[in-house]
Amino acid sequence: MEYFLQQLINGITLGAIYGLIAIGYTMVYGIIGMINFAHGEIYMLGAFISLIAYLITTTIGGGSVAIGLLVALAVTMVFTALWGWAVERIAYRPLRGAPKLAPLISAIGMSIVLQNFTQISQGARVKPLPPVIKGGVTLMQSEHFTVSLSYLQIAIVLLTVALMAAFTWVITRTPLGRAQRATEQDMKMAALLGVNVDRVVSTTFVIGAALAAVAGLMVTLYYGVIDFYIGFLAGIKAFTAAVLGGIGSLPGAMLGGLLIGLIEALWSGYFSIEYKDVAAFSILVLVLLFRPTGLLGRPEVEKI
Amino acid sequence: MTATRPPLLEVEHVTMRFGGLFAVNDLSFSAARKQITAVIGPNGAGKTTLFNCITGFYKPQVGRMALHHDDGPVLLERLDDHRIASRARVARTFQNIRLFARMSVLENLIVAQHQDLMKASAFSLAGLLGLARYHKAEKKALERARYWLDKVGLLDHADDEAGSLPYGSQRRLEIARAMCTDPVLLCLDEPAAGLNPRESHELNGLLTGIRDEHGIGLLLIEHDMSVVMGISDWVVVLDYGRKIAEDTPERVRRDPAVIRAYLGEEENEDLPPEVARDVEEDS
Repeated sequence: MEYFLQQLINGITLGAIYGLIAIGYTMVYGIIGMINFAHGEIYMLGAFISLIAYLITTTIGGGSVAIGLLVALAVTMVFTALWGWAVERIAYRPLRGAPKLAPLISAIGMSIVLQNFTQISQGARVKPLPPVIKGGVTLMQSEHFTVSLSYLQIAIVLLTVALMAAFTWVITRTPLGRAQRATEQDMKMAALLGVNVDRVVSTTFVIGAALAAVAGLMVTLYYGVIDFYIGFLAGIKAFTAAVLGGIGSLPGAMLGGLLIGLIEALWSGYFSIEYKDVAAFSILVLVLLFRPTGLLGRPEVEKI
Repeated sequence: MTATRPPLLEVEHVTMRFGGLFAVNDLSFSAARKQITAVIGPNGAGKTTLFNCITGFYKPQVGRMALHHDDGPVLLERLDDHRIASRARVARTFQNIRLFARMSVLENLIVAQHQDLMKASAFSLAGLLGLARYHKAEKKALERARYWLDKVGLLDHADDEAGSLPYGSQRRLEIARAMCTDPVLLCLDEPAAGLNPRESHELNGLLTGIRDEHGIGLLLIEHDMSVVMGISDWVVVLDYGRKIAEDTPERVRRDPAVIRAYLGEEENEDLPPEVARDVEEDS
């Protein structure tokens, strides 16, 4: 029981991170119908930018952790969003209207470019960050096992919930979100009603990248090591989460992220930690076989 | 006759070619303010292609399309598609209805006022936070939406999903949405298609109401001759991408070239005009 609770806590934390990345996949798919395979790399860039920003601010600012983290959060979101914007502008927008395979290939290319760029500019070795937020609370204690909830886990989950609430508000209540949903349903019609579609698509990439940036910061703090290759696996897992939840559906991405996090944590807790990726990707295969629209997705209706 | 019609839209020598096919060929005409101008012609005459040129789907290879505002003309062929609505203030509806089916009826009408709301929020999220200007703009947008919902008789369905409305209501909603962009020219692609006679009659009332009360120009593609003859002030007839006639409805229906285009050359030569008219009305 204690063990299960601990895995549940770990799974939810992991799920929050996957969920934040998955939103980027699902939003971009919803609006321009492509899988942005460079999104995992955007998250990786977020992790690197957050590490650099944190080290710089704590060095200059005299080592205050709270200020360092807040500044790092803001800087990471802004700069990563800029990367997300640039990727769309350079690699995808010129291919709008091209056959669907073209932007997909462009995305894979972009992913390789970003990976190698980081490898060359930051070095191939892993970058460590000593624990920044220490401590936690002990929830339950038996003679064999202690269930603990670290302050970092609390922070990750709270920040994720806050971001998702804000994000949901933007999508459902603001003109920006309304334009986003309209563009998603019928891009040409939205343009004919005066919506600047290019700007809406750019904003989508910016929001997706900013959320992935937060995930990057969280992972840097949570695991304490990052390298140029982390985007690949996390990206594919978040993609799996988006497909599981129903690609194109925003609540689906959040739910899918949570489920993938839980599956991974419970699997590594009860079966074997080596096979946790296999477990996550088996889910992808099963979903694609038996419920290709995902848990909350809607069936694809051909537009006339 | 043309001199009495101050032009709103002036189409000059527009040619739209797809490979070797001239879908619209050297077409010139004008549409006036406070008038309903109908564009008719047999299938494949180039009517929808013309609409697609006017609303920025296609860029014609040759020609000029000027929309005359009080502050001077705007050339439509030079505008990006979203500027057709926001700068030139041209709105359109589609033959196959293109509502945002998964949004509520009201939201469809609010999206159409996106430009105003974005301006009021200073194009940013920060502008949304408690800005009086934004709240005022939002209130105005809601008022305008309600006004048009009332006009098309959908006030009770404001919160329904647009895609769940019956066909006739969807058509009216599409017109309401186009009007919410505050256009000076409204282009309607077969608004009466698929409507029953009663709905079609209501539509006529709605369109003449828009013309008379809002003083904008309407451009109409229509096959239903009762609509064309009933409400339009001016008729432009196309055949094979060319204009074959342009006149008032009464004179167009008697025009031999028009009758020939609709009925074919040989069969028609011996028909007295009354008979030809009846046949035409049935088609």
